[in-house]
Amino acid sequence: MTTDNSGDVRLSGIGKTYGAFTAVHPLDLTVPQGSFFALLGASGCGKTTTLRMIAGLEEPTSGTVHLGDQDVTHLPPYKRPVNTVFQSYALFPHLDIFENVAFGLRRRGLKSVKKQVEDMLDLVQLGEQARKKPHQLSGGQQQRVAVARALINHPKVLLLDEPLGALDLKLRRQMQLELKRIQTEVGITFIHVTHDQEEAMTMADTVAVMNGGRVEQLGAPTDLYENPRTTFVANFLGTSNLIEAEVDTKSGDDIVLKAAGDKLVLPAARCGAPAPAGGKVLVGIRPEKIALAHADDAGGIPEGRNRLTGKIADASFIGVSTQYVIDSPACAELSVYVQNVERDARLVPGADVVLHWSPAHTFGLDAAQAIDAGTGEEVAA
Amino acid sequence: MSTLTEAPPPLAPAESAAEPPRKRGRFTPYWLLLPGILWLVVFFALPLVYQASTSVQTGSLEEGYKVTWHFATYWNAFSEYWPQFLRSIFYAAGATVLCLLLGYPLAYLIAFRAGRWRNLIMILVIAPFFTSFLIRTLAWKTILADNGPVVHALNSLHVLDLTDFLGWTAGDRVLATPLAVVCGLTYNFLPFMILPLYTSLERIDGRLHEAAGDLYAKPSTTFRKVTFPLSMPGVVSGTLLTFIPAAGDYVNSELLGSTDTRMIGNVIQTQFLRILDYPTAAALSFILMAAILAMVTIYIRRSGTEDLV
Amino acid sequence: MPVVNWLKRHLVVIAGLFTLAYLLLPNVIVTLFSFNKPKGRFNYQWQQFSLDAWKQPCGVAGMCDSLSISLQIAVWATLGATVLGTMISFALVRYRFRARGAINSLIFLPMAMPEVVMAASLLTLFLNMGAQLGFWTILIAHIMFCLSFVVTAVKARVMSMDPRLEEAARDLYAGPVQTFLRVTLPIAAPGIAAGALLSFALSFDDFIITNFNAGSTVTFPMFVWGSAQRGTPVQINVIGTAMFLLAVVLVLVSMLINNRRNSQKA
Repeated sequence: MTTDNSGDVRLSGIGKTYGAFTAVHPLDLTVPQGSFFALLGASGCGKTTTLRMIAGLEEPTSGTVHLGDQDVTHLPPYKRPVNTVFQSYALFPHLDIFENVAFGLRRRGLKSVKKQVEDMLDLVQLGEQARKKPHQLSGGQQQRVAVARALINHPKVLLLDEPLGALDLKLRRQMQLELKRIQTEVGITFIHVTHDQEEAMTMADTVAVMNGGRVEQLGAPTDLYENPRTTFVANFLGTSNLIEAEVDTKSGDDIVLKAAGDKLVLPAARCGAPAPAGGKVLVGIRPEKIALAHADDAGGIPEGRNRLTGKIADASFIGVSTQYVIDSPACAELSVYVQNVERDARLVPGADVVLHWSPAHTFGLDAAQAIDAGTGEEVAA
Repeated sequence: MSTLTEAPPPLAPAESAAEPPRKRGRFTPYWLLLPGILWLVVFFALPLVYQASTSVQTGSLEEGYKVTWHFATYWNAFSEYWPQFLRSIFYAAGATVLCLLLGYPLAYLIAFRAGRWRNLIMILVIAPFFTSFLIRTLAWKTILADNGPVVHALNSLHVLDLTDFLGWTAGDRVLATPLAVVCGLTYNFLPFMILPLYTSLERIDGRLHEAAGDLYAKPSTTFRKVTFPLSMPGVVSGTLLTFIPAAGDYVNSELLGSTDTRMIGNVIQTQFLRILDYPTAAALSFILMAAILAMVTIYIRRSGTEDLV
Repeated sequence: MPVVNWLKRHLVVIAGLFTLAYLLLPNVIVTLFSFNKPKGRFNYQWQQFSLDAWKQPCGVAGMCDSLSISLQIAVWATLGATVLGTMISFALVRYRFRARGAINSLIFLPMAMPEVVMAASLLTLFLNMGAQLGFWTILIAHIMFCLSFVVTAVKARVMSMDPRLEEAARDLYAGPVQTFLRVTLPIAAPGIAAGALLSFALSFDDFIITNFNAGSTVTFPMFVWGSAQRGTPVQINVIGTAMFLLAVVLVLVSMLINNRRNSQKA
């Protein structure tokens, strides 16, 4: 697009503590002009606090916030060229839709706001509703008013705090596409806070996964999904099977591991942990990358694939795929998703099976981490 | 009057509600509080201190009073006026029970059964407030007049024989008897019972009634096991808002009663404004305050709703 | 037994309406007797219909003066208590500071204290200070006891207000003053109005505290009290009836306006 960088957001060493509690550990982050950036994490991970520090609603304990070349760290929110779409919208209940949208323009002393407001309401398809009060609109409409109210000010950066959290699933999908469209159209920087990993991956160019006040990993959605570098990211984005294995040998670009007698191969480039011979590594594999064969057909599996033997503990049919839970000597409760193309009638609970997958899909993680981080089942820290 | 029924403050949402520290605003709360709190300290708390000191003074109006730590005033006042104390508590308790019995059905009616009449009934409950309560209390003189229809009816039903026997009325009269005073107290403080009851009943999810019915509860059981327990905050604050002012009242006793129905409020008023025996009056009002605060504290503890305030 | 069943089903309604009748009966009597032409000094017995009192509502010496004093005190007390009470409410809801508990008790206690105790102790203070009893001492007392009720009403409203609304205003270029005037105040307005209305009613109708601290000043309730001893003019009933009707009409009109506004927008 342009070489203008006034919409860059640069956070340097920014951190926030409340008394003894550290909400955000000092972090550095640069969001380039015009990008759609998502902060993803469970509640209490510091993502909203980070957003509020950019908005000026929270004063950072340390570090600086720059918009382009301007240091805005100590500017109050009403002096920052940044606007926010709040969680549950925070529409002014005593003002009608028109006045809600006109609020920012009027505060900046603009006299003739009518045209601008009407254009903006048309953009979000709410021209008819201008004289209604917020409580008379549906959730989706309120959400669009909140976006219009922020966008009309032409902010350098638009901040979205769980903007779709209050909508039902179908509307949420629709609004995701809508927001993405608006962002492409107006070309300003969006920073989006969400706890919904699908939402983050659908909408954002770049996702920062936050946990415990720190950024665990940052990257494009596909990159995060295919190459998670921590167990938290592996479990929080989608589902991962993590198998504890021992390093056996290294051969060329591959690491050979042993897990309960089975041999697994992991490309060294996809291992995010040091792997000395005899050391432990967590071997990760996504459930949809695994193929399933009945034990009787084990001979037909091509050479060079990673294999594990196991027994089907449970199978649930969910339409496009069947989800199996498989107990293997190497690891209990492995998840496997199999597309329902040709269903093998022998694959029922109790059947002996062989799981196999391409070593290229395997990733390695440091075994020193909690194996269940980010699953939602771990003990809350 | 909704203090007593107010819900406990919501817990602050972890991330978002933390008030951003404003550099200049550190003293703002104190500036906001200063005038109002000063007002309450000077004109509410300080007077209590003055009164405490007055109650242990001796002297006379002509020579002036001096603090002599004469605690005997308390004992003298109490031993002389204990019948009025006791009477105040009995009358106030009686009025409170009557208010609860009369007020609950009306509050229930407004909350669950009134439908589109709800607002109208609500207005009719509140609107009498706008007519001076003294005028309305005087109207009871007409209603309970000796040769009026109410006395007539009660007489022909032989109710007055029973109340006479109990000492609530005297002969064929209702006016100038304990019954008239309690009736007036009940009338005057009934809205203070109805409003908190209504507030807590209205908060009850109507589906709870259906759920109770679904789980084999008869309507009467539903009321005992679901509705009434859930309305307890309203019951507690309603009884307090009725009992406290009723116990200190002297208007009803003065207008509708006789010298035999004098309550402690009448005594304090007379001592203060006519006899001008300030130490005794101060001691009496302290005893009243202490008695009421003690009873209220015990009551709140007992009913297990300490988060009322 | 259809009758018994019907009674059973409607027991609550019947009992509730009985209570409503009990509440309204005195107002009916007050209204009725405003058309009376009593024989003696007291207006407790029905004699004959007359419009005299309605034609000359101020025909009693001192009554309309007392009414005017009561109105003045009620207006100023409402104003004072509403401003001070609103400030306290905002401080209590919006800020964390030491002595919150003590301040909450200080606000709660006047509501949990028999009026006669407050009245007597305030008189002790005024006597000790050598203050001249009258308009100002009444006003001081009324602001004092109305304050707690205003705080209660406003606090409930401000507490239920989403703190994000003010953040949204600040985010949309409204400075602190603008945020307060454009967002906070309008949203808190119903609570403030409720507190003010309650203050007005409490102040206008107060007798016990006023009686102790009025000196020779006569408010309307004190006039009524005095007339209960000396003789009750019919005009008292006229004023009582007029106030009741005014209140009902005002409420009905405001409800109608509200309804119409809502139905137009919906």
